[in-house]
Amino acid sequence: MTKVVVRGPIARWSQQGLPVLVILLAVLLVWYLGAWLLNAPGAIERVLPQDGAWRWQDLLAATMEMQRPVLPAPHQVLQDFWSALVDWPLDSPRNLLFHVAVTAESTLWGFVMGTLLGLVLSVCIVHSRTLDRALLPWIVASQTVPVLAIAPIVLVLLGSLGFAGVAPKAVIAMYLCFFPVTVAMVQGLRSPQRIETEMLHTYAATRWQALWLLRLPAALPFLFPALRVGIAAGLVGAMVAELPTGAQAGLGARLLTGSYYGNTVQIWSALVMSALLGLTLTTAVAGIERLVLRHRSQA
Amino acid sequence: MKRATQWTVMLVAGCLAGGLVLMQFSPAGGEEASPAFWLATFVLALFAVQSIRRMAALDSGRVYGTLTAALFGVWVIFFWQLLVVAFDVPKVLLPPPSLILQSMSSHGPTLWGDFVQTVLKAVLIGWTLGSGMGFVVAVAIDRLPFLQRGLLPLASLTSTIPLVAVAPIAVMWFGFEWQSKAAVVVLMTFFPMLVSTLAGLKAAGRLERELMHSYAASYGRTLLALRLPAALPFIFGALKVNATLALIGAIVAEFFGSPTSGLGFRISTEASRMNMPLVWGAIVVAAVTGSLAYAVLVQLERRAAFWHPSVRES
Repeated sequence: MTKVVVRGPIARWSQQGLPVLVILLAVLLVWYLGAWLLNAPGAIERVLPQDGAWRWQDLLAATMEMQRPVLPAPHQVLQDFWSALVDWPLDSPRNLLFHVAVTAESTLWGFVMGTLLGLVLSVCIVHSRTLDRALLPWIVASQTVPVLAIAPIVLVLLGSLGFAGVAPKAVIAMYLCFFPVTVAMVQGLRSPQRIETEMLHTYAATRWQALWLLRLPAALPFLFPALRVGIAAGLVGAMVAELPTGAQAGLGARLLTGSYYGNTVQIWSALVMSALLGLTLTTAVAGIERLVLRHRSQA
Repeated sequence: MKRATQWTVMLVAGCLAGGLVLMQFSPAGGEEASPAFWLATFVLALFAVQSIRRMAALDSGRVYGTLTAALFGVWVIFFWQLLVVAFDVPKVLLPPPSLILQSMSSHGPTLWGDFVQTVLKAVLIGWTLGSGMGFVVAVAIDRLPFLQRGLLPLASLTSTIPLVAVAPIAVMWFGFEWQSKAAVVVLMTFFPMLVSTLAGLKAAGRLERELMHSYAASYGRTLLALRLPAALPFIFGALKVNATLALIGAIVAEFFGSPTSGLGFRISTEASRMNMPLVWGAIVVAAVTGSLAYAVLVQLERRAAFWHPSVRES
């Protein structure tokens, strides 16, 4: 069993790119097949002539272009997606980018606030035995609890205090980001070896210097995976916050209106868009990670 | 018992007793609180902080750590109750814990129905199916490196995608009942299990593999005797993550449309009717379920993988 390590772009392509491409093509094929099978009963009932005078080619063509399909064919979703991007002005609620901007705004605000809160709290926990013993177990335990369920309460609470718009959504995204960041940062700030903290001690470094020069840099590799988890959770939070009536804009609201009016294609294109937004946000965080940690040697 | 421990126990007991006494004097609805009451509350708060600090400073074992966290929880609930009643905070903003408990007990059958609908049907079935399918697929493609290389990057990417958003489609396909929620849960739990199991199957050490090879052990034998046991910590890790994901998935999917029961349904409808004590009650049910599921899985892991270093150390 010898494994030949191949290098070079072509070899890497056949090692990594090709399998992924094959899987994607298979998914596409299954999708078309599913669209054909799932839409067939509806097509026979509504689109095709009632006297049964149709061939299977007619059925195939009908299932690919249904008005309200059970499962829209990929090209239908793509068409709707594209027309939602280019056929309307940017500030129109029919343009998907408008909804993306609304959702991304609250996600990013929540992400920034949640990260800052998590950083401050983790620094406090590391420096205070009381907080460490009294508060940290609760934060760790909260990871096992569906905290997203509190979202409707936050909406009602902030709504009755007179906050509307971005604020409630950002708060929900914030508390979803905050938990993973805090837990990971406490772990990271504690990661320096004893010998390193003792060396700083012999230099008579203050606590702040130890934090700034040793603990924070050591914690960065722990921080970024938590940020990736946090921003993905924050996006889910922001979308859920857009569900209750009243939210007119955002990907979550778009999903909900689509399901109210039975507009399947719209749901699917909103779904594709939210997947793209999630990928973009996480890739951005990963890019920042690479930029910040570019001088670290791979240990 | 050491001196410091004795002092702490006395301080904590004294504070709790003081708290109970103070609770008796707390102003009833609408009544103006006297300055003496505020003074007493302030002093008690100082003592409460001191009691937690003393407890945290005690230097032994995990028991005191747990006790400190528990004491902190007790104080938070105590002051929540005391201050919410004293300030006469509107119930819509924040109901006192006593009212939440009262509402939970008076709506007991409703909440039990929600629990059965969401947890016992959607979550349990979806979690079992999703995790099971993830595991089976991972083992099935274990011998097909081409498929693995194709699936793994895509499966890892799904963690960055808000998969809950398929809920409206699931509702269209499977109806309002629990089946649509279980479908969302299956989708959400499948990929973490797939990724973790694939990583776990690679976790067995080279030495052990070569040992099995020298015994002329067959592929199936190596899988059963070495690689699956070595993968257990990964599998349990995914099971634990999936337990939380499944609860979130089922609850959020119910926000999109559901029959007239279910924890997510209860939370969203009662929130729009401003019946906050019951909303909090449903959240308490969900939170307790999540923590209990996690605790059960940790115990199972201890039984199943007792020999593994990660279990022995903790």
